[in-house]
Amino acid sequence: MKKIESIIRPHLLDAVKNALQEIGVVGLTVTEVKGFGRQKGHTETYRGSEYKIDFLPKVKIEVVIPEEMLDLAIDAIQKTARTGKFGDGKIFVLPVEEVVRIRTGERGELAL
Amino acid sequence: MDGDARVIVDTLWVVIAACLVFFMNAGFAMLETGLCQAKNAVNVLAKNFVVFAVSSIAFWVVGFGLMYGDGNGFAGLTGWFLHGADNSPATGEAYTGIFSALNWTGVPLDAKFFFQLVFAGTAATIVSGAVAERIKFISFIVFSFVLVAVIYPVGGHWAWGGGWLAQLSTPFADFAGSTVVHSIGGWAALTGALILGPRLGKYGKDGSIRPVPGHNMSLATLGTLILWLGWFGFNPGSTMAADAAMITKVALNTNMAAAAGCLLATATSWIVLKKPDLSMILNGTLAGLVAITAGCNAVGLASAVIIGAVAGVLVVVAVIVIDQKAKIDDPVGAISVHLVNGVWGTLAVGLFASEGGLFLGGGVARTVSQIIGIAAIGALVGAVSSAVWLLLKLTLGIRVSEEEEFEGLDTGEHGMEAYPSPLPPPFEAAPAATTGNAMLEAQPRAANG
Ligand SMILES: Nc1ncnc2c1ncn2[C@@H]1O[C@H](COP(=O)(O)OP(=O)(O)OP(=O)(O)O)[C@@H](O)[C@H]1O
Ligand SMILES: [Mg+2]
Repeated sequence: MKKIESIIRPHLLDAVKNALQEIGVVGLTVTEVKGFGRQKGHTETYRGSEYKIDFLPKVKIEVVIPEEMLDLAIDAIQKTARTGKFGDGKIFVLPVEEVVRIRTGERGELAL
Repeated sequence: MDGDARVIVDTLWVVIAACLVFFMNAGFAMLETGLCQAKNAVNVLAKNFVVFAVSSIAFWVVGFGLMYGDGNGFAGLTGWFLHGADNSPATGEAYTGIFSALNWTGVPLDAKFFFQLVFAGTAATIVSGAVAERIKFISFIVFSFVLVAVIYPVGGHWAWGGGWLAQLSTPFADFAGSTVVHSIGGWAALTGALILGPRLGKYGKDGSIRPVPGHNMSLATLGTLILWLGWFGFNPGSTMAADAAMITKVALNTNMAAAAGCLLATATSWIVLKKPDLSMILNGTLAGLVAITAGCNAVGLASAVIIGAVAGVLVVVAVIVIDQKAKIDDPVGAISVHLVNGVWGTLAVGLFASEGGLFLGGGVARTVSQIIGIAAIGALVGAVSSAVWLLLKLTLGIRVSEEEEFEGLDTGEHGMEAYPSPLPPPFEAAPAATTGNAMLEAQPRAANG
């Protein structure tokens, strides 16, 4: 099993969620996060003084899937979360050792 | 109209106008809250709320007597607690009583007091914005009391209470209070901001300037619109009589100056700051309103537009200079709006008055009187309010601790938050393991995710 953590633009969350559901993802976790990439945030002005916004609002999607679904899922996220402009985000893939479904006690892929 | 009907109509107008001015408290509260940080919202709201209560008591006990009671050129010396002879609504020669300075308006004494009270409250609330996000709540309350009990009434007596400025050969003219209300509030705000010092981290040791964005521009905008509305009581109400021609002229002058101030501040911030900053647009509207307040009865419509337009430019420049060059921390721009434009508007009466205005061929006499009034009241309020702030600093202390300022005055001063995070449900209310499970199983699957 693999866990995909992807950081995306907040307004594209719905599109990404739908794409993942279409390929058969049955659960995911979403968190509002803040972060910066290579451009290191941006500047705004207030009453004539500039200030830096170091951390931009993003959404983190965490989804754990069977190994064979990985490429399909990465593809789905990359296609739907991409605008082509700076700040589209990242997709991180991590190994997952075990999953337990709390209500039933099922383990492994069955528990997803 | 017979005499009784005249009194009724005038009184209705004065009371309605006073209610509009009272509502400006809501405007000030929303504007200041919006332009300050979320962690200080309760404190800002509390200051703006109690200040009118403080003003009400202070003005009743001594303020009104000092301002309008008969006395000498420098202060009224009678009429404490609104006590003393008075046969209002009799006017002029027919008036007998101790509040002679107000014998020109044919309304009952209580109406005169109520109308003057809401003005006193406005002067006090102006201070709040400039000292926001760092002042001790108790010291703000005490300062407000002294301002409305003593400082505002003495300055007001000079100009409106038959004092020496009103007795100049060309009397000092300030119809609805660009100086008496707005500059007095503004001078007190300036001394407060100076003696308190800037908010933590506002100015870096390396000369850097850190803006502190307001947390809710919707509230700030609503507050400014409420103030604009309130000004239709503030200026037209200062006729203190239902004089059809005058109240409509004043209302229109007031509105046009606000419009011009709004647009010129928009343009100025667009050009100077590259983007039309909403907080500047709001300040510009208020600047136009403050500036037209002194001369709204005395200038023509085109002059009102010019006065407002100049105010719109002035306020943006003033905010930038005060914040970035003078490094005086004024979170809402109260000094730029009320002091700078209070001075400008008062001066503008000398320049633009239809009768006697310098630019309309009336000579310099009016302008000279205006400058004398601006300087005298500035010196009075600057000196006395500095002394009061310093005295408070030595006794109660005027500034919250660094720790409290960092955490927010809401928890520090009031032990509560404006926007608390929702509490978790109490432990007992959570379903017990067994019954909870059964309940969950019984529900349709979709509900459980
Ligand atoms: N190396 C990283 N580790 C953790 N989070 C990251 C990393 N890089 C980016 N992020 C997260 O992803 C968000 C979006 O990053 P962003 O797309 O701007 O990356 P980038 O490398 O600057 O790419 P681009 O040049 O396309 O903008 C960041 O705000 C941050 O939350
Ligand atoms: Mg980037």
